[in-house]
Amino acid sequence: MTAKAAFYDVDGTLVRTNIVHTYAYYAMNRGSLSGIAGRTLAAAAQVPLYAALDLINRKWFNEYFYRAYAGLSEDRLVVLGQEMLEDVLKPAVFPKAQDLIDEARRAGCRIVFITGALDFTVAPLAELLGADDVIANKMQFVGGIATGKVIPPIIEGANKAHAIRDYCVKHGLALDQSFAYSDSFSDYAMLAMVGRPTAVNPDVRLRSIARAYHWPVLDLR
Amino acid sequence: MRPLKTLKRLYDENNQVVVTEKGSPPRVIFSGEDFLLEDLPLGTRVVFARSPLQGVPNPKAAIRWALNHPEGMDPLHALLRPGMKVTIALDDISLPLPPMVTPDARQTVLEIVLELLADSGVDDVHLIVATALHRRMTDAEMKRMVGEKIFNAFHPDRYYNHDAEDPDGMVELEHTAQGEVVALNRRAAESDLLIYVNINLVPMDGGHKSVGTGLSNYASLRAHHNPKTIRDSESYMEPSKSALHRSSDRIGRVIDQHLKVFHIETVLNNRMFDGPTGFLGKREEDFTEMDRLKFQGLRYTLSKLPRVAKRKLMMSIPAPYDIIAVNAGATEACHEKTLEACWRQYSVPVQGQSDIVIWGVPYISPYNVNSILNPLLVQVMGLGYLFNLNRGTPLVKKGGVIILCHPAYDEFDPEHHPSYIEFFNRLLPETRDAMVLEHKYEQEFATNPSYVHLYRKGNAYHGAHPFYMWYWGENGRQHVGKVIVAGAENNHVPELLGWERTDTLAEAIDLARGATGRSASITLVKSAPILQTDVRL
Repeated sequence: MTAKAAFYDVDGTLVRTNIVHTYAYYAMNRGSLSGIAGRTLAAAAQVPLYAALDLINRKWFNEYFYRAYAGLSEDRLVVLGQEMLEDVLKPAVFPKAQDLIDEARRAGCRIVFITGALDFTVAPLAELLGADDVIANKMQFVGGIATGKVIPPIIEGANKAHAIRDYCVKHGLALDQSFAYSDSFSDYAMLAMVGRPTAVNPDVRLRSIARAYHWPVLDLR
Repeated sequence: MRPLKTLKRLYDENNQVVVTEKGSPPRVIFSGEDFLLEDLPLGTRVVFARSPLQGVPNPKAAIRWALNHPEGMDPLHALLRPGMKVTIALDDISLPLPPMVTPDARQTVLEIVLELLADSGVDDVHLIVATALHRRMTDAEMKRMVGEKIFNAFHPDRYYNHDAEDPDGMVELEHTAQGEVVALNRRAAESDLLIYVNINLVPMDGGHKSVGTGLSNYASLRAHHNPKTIRDSESYMEPSKSALHRSSDRIGRVIDQHLKVFHIETVLNNRMFDGPTGFLGKREEDFTEMDRLKFQGLRYTLSKLPRVAKRKLMMSIPAPYDIIAVNAGATEACHEKTLEACWRQYSVPVQGQSDIVIWGVPYISPYNVNSILNPLLVQVMGLGYLFNLNRGTPLVKKGGVIILCHPAYDEFDPEHHPSYIEFFNRLLPETRDAMVLEHKYEQEFATNPSYVHLYRKGNAYHGAHPFYMWYWGENGRQHVGKVIVAGAENNHVPELLGWERTDTLAEAIDLARGATGRSASITLVKSAPILQTDVRL
């Protein structure tokens, strides 16, 4: 049988949270009352800006958004990542997400999560749901402290497609036999890259594209 | 006016075959959600279904009698022990067509059987809809099928759809002597007694096919749902001449060795239409002025509606079927009696084959209840079901022409038929060869996790199902020289199916005559109501 993979976007596809929820958790667990208040208020104040950037360009959104992590320590982020799984992500996993992953596993697919979120936030979820690999953004740390910059290339949009292609080449997987799952039109490039794209809980634009290109549409909610 | 003697020769009410002469009325022919009204060339044979047989006067009494006098088994009450584990499997929404007026025959049977089980101290009872690789029925459809009382008492924990892809929900029994995989729903396999409640609309259904197909999985179905088996079946509507049934029987016999199976088979008459649409079950010669008025009214209404609304309207008209026979007991002995009743209703003797055969393709098939008759289903209706509705000898001559009346619109239901869309748009442009399709693509579609997920959690047909639809047409494809779709609204759908198209039926007949000669014999089969031709050569 040809080696193949199933690539899953995470936020909105497998879980109902997004990277803003994730950051809010970190902000709320800053460690000191002033830290919590400062970061939470700062994050709240910037919500309109985040929303506008996300609407205009996901890449700009990611770059700007991850600046908020500057100054947080790496070990703290990793520990909080584990706690966040229990507190935030696990309850937010869509009821049928595990079934979909299991079905791909039975079909002989390698399970790969591909997300614009930060790796330390996704790794525990990947372990829980049984993913073999995670392709995610990596925060730059200097002296164990986050700089707020993400190591390029930022995993989003077209870069997700490049990352999938590179991953398939590296692991000897057939791109045209592989699957990709996403909820967002911003992942069109990633979906178009594989032979078997599927829209999951799609937004209006992706649903329309999926119907036009005869892609299956799933609802995991 | 023609003399009475001529009229009697041309038509009498017990004759299912009428020859078109000057003055014969135009024929009402299904064309998807619409109707054609067509004058046919002189000499065209028109084959009609038999009149509906009288239903049993008291269905509940007939069911009780069958349960107490089963074929080849003890009466049902004698098989029951307090505390035993019983599973009742039911045919799914693909039967009957259109769905019957409530109470559905399955509800009538269940009300009696469940009462008997309760009286015998049997509480561990599950109801499973034997969907095989068909779509899951919706809650509303399930409720309609068994009635509110049973639905509320059993759903969802003890009344649910079969899941052929549940890794923990299937068990594999020993293979048949021919190496066919025998897989069965775990709950059914581990029960002390399996009761199968069936509806027999055509002779293809029932018997070993009920359990061996309805509660099995892809691995088991592959044994007979393949192009070779279909090619080896003279007609899969005639079990004695069908390799499909021989394979299904072998699988069923293995199941019967492992499990006590009690069948309850009901046979319906062909009363598909009544009331405002009752004229559709009549010969045009029998139309009253009121019937003609009703037809024109229906046609006018349909002409003013968008297709979605037409479909909704047509799907909302249930069929007033009557139960004409109830048989119970061991698989083969029970089914033999069922088939006898089927033949009485459906078999129509016809003398000789035709060069050209015309069928109207209606809006509904077993696979699109409450959905769209997409191009693959038009194909399966024409070259699969309608072509095979014979007793081993096709109505159309080898190399002859089939004319199908249907708009052949390029519409698919993404909820019910997602894998059909890919099959039609990706595979058919590459090849129409069923053997190549099976070898190269069937497994890929069957294991596609998106399609598996949509089958298990949505209401989609399994990823392998469009292949079965294509295989179902294999006999017809091998046999006929040409298929013409009269009234096709586009070029690409007929072309992808390997067919030709015309705007009108008259043009289609001209085109067919071009291939078969001006003296070609023509037969129109007026179906629905369903009939099965018994061609005498």
